[in-house]
Amino acid sequence: MKIKKDAMAGTLESSDLLVKVSPNTGIEIVINSDVNKQFGDQIRTVVDQTLNDLNVTDGLIIIDDKGALDCAIKARVQCAVLRGAEEENLDWSKLL
Amino acid sequence: MKKIRRSMLFLPGANAAMLSTSFVYKPDSIMFDLEDAVSIKEKDSARLLVAQTLLLPVYREHGIETVVRINALNTPFGLKDLEAVVRAGVDVVRLPMTNSAEDIHELEAHVERIEKECGREVGSTKLMAAIESALGVVNAVSIAKASPRLIGIALAAFDYLVDMQTERGDGTELFYARCAVLHAARVAGIDAFDVVYSNVNDDEGFLKEVSLIKKLGYNGKSLINPRQIELLHNAYAPTAAEVENAQKVVEAAEEGERKGLGVISLNGKMIDAPIIARARKVIELAKYSGVRKEF
Repeated sequence: MKIKKDAMAGTLESSDLLVKVSPNTGIEIVINSDVNKQFGDQIRTVVDQTLNDLNVTDGLIIIDDKGALDCAIKARVQCAVLRGAEEENLDWSKLL
Repeated sequence: MKKIRRSMLFLPGANAAMLSTSFVYKPDSIMFDLEDAVSIKEKDSARLLVAQTLLLPVYREHGIETVVRINALNTPFGLKDLEAVVRAGVDVVRLPMTNSAEDIHELEAHVERIEKECGREVGSTKLMAAIESALGVVNAVSIAKASPRLIGIALAAFDYLVDMQTERGDGTELFYARCAVLHAARVAGIDAFDVVYSNVNDDEGFLKEVSLIKKLGYNGKSLINPRQIELLHNAYAPTAAEVENAQKVVEAAEEGERKGLGVISLNGKMIDAPIIARARKVIELAKYSGVRKEF
């Protein structure tokens, strides 16, 4: 899936995260998290897996995490990517 | 044991914190709302968030039924909501603004198609109809009988009262609709849910309304604040005296059966099958919820 434009999803409320995506050559991921010391690796794993499932190979992904659970991280990354890719026809087998 | 549905807690589908933590309040059912509680521009994000939340095992582990109120199927969002939540394994889909049996038939056809496409057992997605208009109330019986997937019908007051050209008051304004929806549910053998009580700071008013709908025969109520759950559950719990009497009724019935008695009496009162069935339900509910606490 190709990120065609800047997009974002989520909030900066507690237990949520804000995901910003932009077109880029190659994949670049920046994660800022309130719980980075404890869960930084886990957040990175969820983000990588989610991008991989969506076949995103290019894009700048910036994440401001406020202690979100994995399900919220996955949902917000998916939403930001789908918005950035202007993708309307969803393949739910890849999203769930 | 039949699923007990006293409390159905509404949660806004776009709120990540509430979605992932509300199991701690232990409602009987949690209803993730993709309709009125979500702004138009966040419909896509809420749909994804709810779908991912449904995959969490935590609600099932706590015995909490998951319900999603989708957007109406005649909006650009309804079918997309359905595609997401059926595939994510929701227990029950709640259809807003149900006006006729045809609305349920249309929903059911989509659900069955999605179940087949994603490999989910056909028939495993249950449905619930929200009655929110005069037409829906008039058609309540045919709506309630429209599908074996229906587990209940719910009266929703806000749009109904606008339709009826009146407003929320002492309950008189909902009297006919409450009775009609409840009768429809009983005819169909499904559960009936009362309207939300929106003044979350008025416990006395809430409990007065709960007392009314419990006496009418409603299974429970839609709720908008977790604080209302314990109050509701306690109001629905049988009293210690009711449990004691129910145990005596069941014991007398069992003794009568052993002795081959046709007519059984307890303290001079005849006990017949409906009384015995009611007593067994009281005991079952007491095991589930405990006895009522007096505050």
